[in-house]
Amino acid sequence: MKPARFSFVRPQSRQEILDALTEHGSDASVIAGGQTLVPMLNMRLARPKVLIDAARLPDLARIEEEKGELRIGCAVRQAQLEQLPNLVSKQPLLARAIPFIGHVQTRARGTVCGSIAHADPSAELPLCLIALQGKVHLRTRRKARTVRAEDFFLGMMSTGREPDELIEAVSYPTAAPGTGFAFQEIGRRHGDFAIVAVAAVASGDGVSLTVGGVDDVARRFDLGAGRDDGLDDALNDIAWSLNARDDLHASAAYRREITRRLGSHVIHQAKAEAARCQS
Amino acid sequence: MPVLNATSRHEVTFRVNGTERTVRVENRMLLSDVLRHEIGLTGTHVGCEHGVCGACTVQIDGAPARACLVLAAQAEGMNIRTVEALAAETGRLSVLQQAFRDHHGLQCGFCTSGILMTLDALLAAEPDASEGVIRDALSGNLCRCTGYEPIVRAALAARDTLRKGGN
Repeated sequence: MKPARFSFVRPQSRQEILDALTEHGSDASVIAGGQTLVPMLNMRLARPKVLIDAARLPDLARIEEEKGELRIGCAVRQAQLEQLPNLVSKQPLLARAIPFIGHVQTRARGTVCGSIAHADPSAELPLCLIALQGKVHLRTRRKARTVRAEDFFLGMMSTGREPDELIEAVSYPTAAPGTGFAFQEIGRRHGDFAIVAVAAVASGDGVSLTVGGVDDVARRFDLGAGRDDGLDDALNDIAWSLNARDDLHASAAYRREITRRLGSHVIHQAKAEAARCQS
Repeated sequence: MPVLNATSRHEVTFRVNGTERTVRVENRMLLSDVLRHEIGLTGTHVGCEHGVCGACTVQIDGAPARACLVLAAQAEGMNIRTVEALAAETGRLSVLQQAFRDHHGLQCGFCTSGILMTLDALLAAEPDASEGVIRDALSGNLCRCTGYEPIVRAALAARDTLRKGGN
């Protein structure tokens, strides 16, 4: 339970992080909070030759509100977002999902972008990014690009990040007026990875449901603005369209059942909140 | 840019319980081992070493955190507080520690230092923390002896004493 040896790079600027990534590529991992990476190092599931410390640059630890988005830099800790003044009105989905991430002791150090980079299929922050149709901002020494969340997550712990790219920031859209949000998850114990996690976003245009923990990535479904009488069938179709699997924690059938029931629950919660906002 | 190579030991300087310390360690040494083996502060316990059990919880820059999930190389400049800092003097327990003693908040004691550091940070940040908030914070510390009820009672008693101005 001790990490293998690695070199440790302390960049003094964003440019130096990008230089180190260009030099070391897939031999390197960027570390900021380390709340997922260090367990993997300790268990030697990950053995990078080089760690690049991104936690010390104040420029990368900013949350900026711009053009209807919260842009969260790669050194922003989860607790920092959790404690953002008025987060519950700026983006209620994040305010409701963050308390489910690990524990207060891990949120104090874990970063938002680290969770996005790790891409665990049951993690809350990737799920919220997909539910809100947010974006991932990537940069190399030569170019910058922005990828939509749904295109970024490719599979279980697999993303579209190239080895020389830094996840510089992610953008979560802020709440539009008249929109309702709900989040729920089921786990064995509080703070465990979710067996199933669901988020619903409802507005006058319709409602979407995003399901995490079941398939290789969290998946978002548009349910339109239809009446509730077709909802059970729609949820059943969603549950069966996900590639649910049996594992140590739960059976595939249990995951489908939770998707249907918890999905229905959050959809009704989000719709009720949207109706309250509009009245 | 500074590069600390993989095979040498490197100097890392940080504050522990108000005193600046410099250790010479490999990058990969965990903060929990730095505290115990390099500095001799064995009050911080080592349980699972992958961030699940919370036995190694210390305070980093005022917030509770897992010492087993911090690499020595990351510790440069940190302000760390361990369980040894809780009692103002030898033989005199802090309010929180005394409450644990009074309410049988520990049995084997292995998890206790981590729990104390979690609750000490919580009660400093939220002096009026509700039982629900206390239980939520405790979810990050595993105890296999007590069933938690006496720990919650101790935390509530400490909260009430501290609110009345005890120290």
